[in-house]
Amino acid sequence: MIKDKREVARRGEAAAIPTAWEYAPAPESREIVHFEDRYGLYIGGQFLEPLSNERYTTIDPAREEPLAEIAQAGKADVDRAVKAAREAYAERWSQLRPSERAKYLFRIARILQERSREFAVVESLNGGKPIRESRDVDLPLAAAHFFYYAGWADKLEYAFPNRTPRPIGVAGQIIPWNFPLLMLAWKIAPALAAGNTVVLKPAETTPLSALLFCDVVRQAELPPGVVNIVTGDGRTGAELVSHPDVDKIAFTGSTEVGKAIQRTLAGSGKRLTLELGGKAANIIFDDAPLDQAVEGIINGIYFNQGHVCCAGSRLFVEESIYETVISKLKRRMKTLRVGDPLDKNTDVGAINSKQQLDKIGSLVQSGIDEGAEIYQPPCKLPERGYWFVPTVFTNVAQSYRIAQEEIFGPVLSVLTFRTPDEAIEKANNTPYGLSAGVWTEKGSRILAMAQKLRAGVVWANTYNRFDPASPFGGYKESGFGREGGRHGLEPYVALDGS
Amino acid sequence: MATAPVLPGGFELPLEPRLPRLGSIDAVALEERAATLATRSIKKGSKVFALDLAIRVMDLTTLEGADTPGKVAALTSKGIRPDPSDPNIPSVAAICVYPNLVAYAVERTRGTGVKVAAVATSFPSGQSSLDVKLLETREVIDAGADEVDMVIDRGAFLSGRYAQVYDEIVRVKEVCAGRAHLKVILETGELGTYDNVRRASLLAIAGGADFIKTSTGKLPSSATLPVTLCMLEAIRDVHEETGRVVGMKAAGGIRQAKQAVQYLVQVHETLGLAWLTPDRYRLGASTLLNDVLMQIRKERTGRYQNPDYFTVD
Repeated sequence: MIKDKREVARRGEAAAIPTAWEYAPAPESREIVHFEDRYGLYIGGQFLEPLSNERYTTIDPAREEPLAEIAQAGKADVDRAVKAAREAYAERWSQLRPSERAKYLFRIARILQERSREFAVVESLNGGKPIRESRDVDLPLAAAHFFYYAGWADKLEYAFPNRTPRPIGVAGQIIPWNFPLLMLAWKIAPALAAGNTVVLKPAETTPLSALLFCDVVRQAELPPGVVNIVTGDGRTGAELVSHPDVDKIAFTGSTEVGKAIQRTLAGSGKRLTLELGGKAANIIFDDAPLDQAVEGIINGIYFNQGHVCCAGSRLFVEESIYETVISKLKRRMKTLRVGDPLDKNTDVGAINSKQQLDKIGSLVQSGIDEGAEIYQPPCKLPERGYWFVPTVFTNVAQSYRIAQEEIFGPVLSVLTFRTPDEAIEKANNTPYGLSAGVWTEKGSRILAMAQKLRAGVVWANTYNRFDPASPFGGYKESGFGREGGRHGLEPYVALDGS
Repeated sequence: MATAPVLPGGFELPLEPRLPRLGSIDAVALEERAATLATRSIKKGSKVFALDLAIRVMDLTTLEGADTPGKVAALTSKGIRPDPSDPNIPSVAAICVYPNLVAYAVERTRGTGVKVAAVATSFPSGQSSLDVKLLETREVIDAGADEVDMVIDRGAFLSGRYAQVYDEIVRVKEVCAGRAHLKVILETGELGTYDNVRRASLLAIAGGADFIKTSTGKLPSSATLPVTLCMLEAIRDVHEETGRVVGMKAAGGIRQAKQAVQYLVQVHETLGLAWLTPDRYRLGASTLLNDVLMQIRKERTGRYQNPDYFTVD
């Protein structure tokens, strides 16, 4: 493994340069995680067999090995869950003193912290993301969200001065597969803090952390029915959306499904928030701190294999520094370590599903066909599992599909600009508007750009940074409603007159 | 490259956006990158490789007012054969001492491949005249030092007299040229910002430094991972633009094997394998060696041994 010709360096003689330093595997142990063979639906504080009698298998995308049998909740199952949530809402949760609600949330946050290693392994096993990310990003942030909203529970009237915030009732929440536990936290924490109960459907491919979360709920002794978890594919989600006794739907996922949900809900009086796709612009000006900007580009698009709705998938580089940035970027890409998500040294893990891998593959092919120049660093992929080499496209025209459509994979399209106005015009020229990044040393330019970029989040000299106190959400086809911060409470409270 | 036209007011107008531009550093992002690299988990064979390398690139250092020929002799023996019970343990790269003790170190290292580095130019403060600094440099080279570790004049740097700093480096380099390697100590703990660290790095490289070095080790804040990353990136930019190879020396505050591995990982992932040699990378340390030896033996035998099994020198 180590090739190194040891020679005693005499004076004036050059010492040997090692030919390789391959890091030995450093896998996180999966022994701390125990999965049941099959899981039921978590309804009213207990696991119930699905009335639908349907099941499917959830897998480890890095090894294509089955992890557990998951229930596919049908109409009757969703109905049971909503009933349990309604009962818990009316009889227990909404009657509880807000400071008591806060105690439960603090308890959940602490348990998540205590069990974070276990949850991190589950996220990486079921989702394919590197353990470094689930350990250092997903878990700390998920716990932080519960801590943050626990603090709001008994201070809601300060969040909405001169109004009287009241809970709305039962929230139906549907979350995606890219940050399963973190998205669960984003959804459940504000809903519970405001006094609502929830029925949450995790993504079809990544249900395990949500099912393990049921054990946290049990440990925290949350009253039964306050949190209900129903698993299944899009059909389950559709049942939840159209259930008449759900007061609010919160959805994070694709724009296509988001539009369908909005059509279904039209006229129903149900509240809706959508956090949908994105095609964010990451804009690098010529005075930017270049090495850090390159880290920001890498973090913007290869973080979580690019399975990030706010990924910086369109890179705009000022033409005068184009070559420098591209050469630095390519060099940096060569050091990305793609492989086993459980290895602590892995930077880029497995693609979440076969379906997603195929989608990425076909969009990348379209980029090649349309004439963009592709670069992929040399990289040995494991034989089994779903993998995609980090990819960058140069010579991309604004009209190419890879510059327009959300790829949701480790694929970056590079475009150039000459002036700030051109950067803004091109950056805004997309149906999406979730996020953007600006890299420059000039503070005034950051503020000017942030004002003109039509995106819910604008990062300055950083990318993909999250904080529970900071609201997150989109413009245009990236959705509406905000999660995080004081703004994140708003979708979960009824204010007088509304 | 065309030379920059001088405008009436004396402003220089760079003709190229790249090389003449100093570039800037974003502190938050730099520290984040350094912290991420520090999470690399280096185990088993790859750890043994790193520990072995840590010894081969080590400048075993003693810079105390109480240094004596006896102390230097002991340290030199340790550097040549760090672990007498294990012939596979390599020698360190160099012994680093004060000017007065160079002759003793030279005598003891003769024929061993271990080099002698001497701090000079009124180390550690650099607060004396250029003549004194040049004289000292000449003396240590005449005494047989292979490498000169000079300090920059931070007073001049911080008051914006960059030309003076540059000029001193050039003059010291003239004395060293062809006879000794020049390491330029920036004393980053006194520079205040990463932008200054980058500026000083480029200044030192422009002045002819063979190595740039973080610290004297005489300040509470010495080498840190973000500081060394900042310097490595400057070295990388110069190499990319001009092909010139500059070495890096991290010094001060590196006491544990684990830290040494983190520094080496950083070099590996920033500049690549070519810099993982004593010709291009050094770790300056006075107390690191025994911890590295202890870790190597732990990797070999599976258990930690009593520190008394490792000589204190």
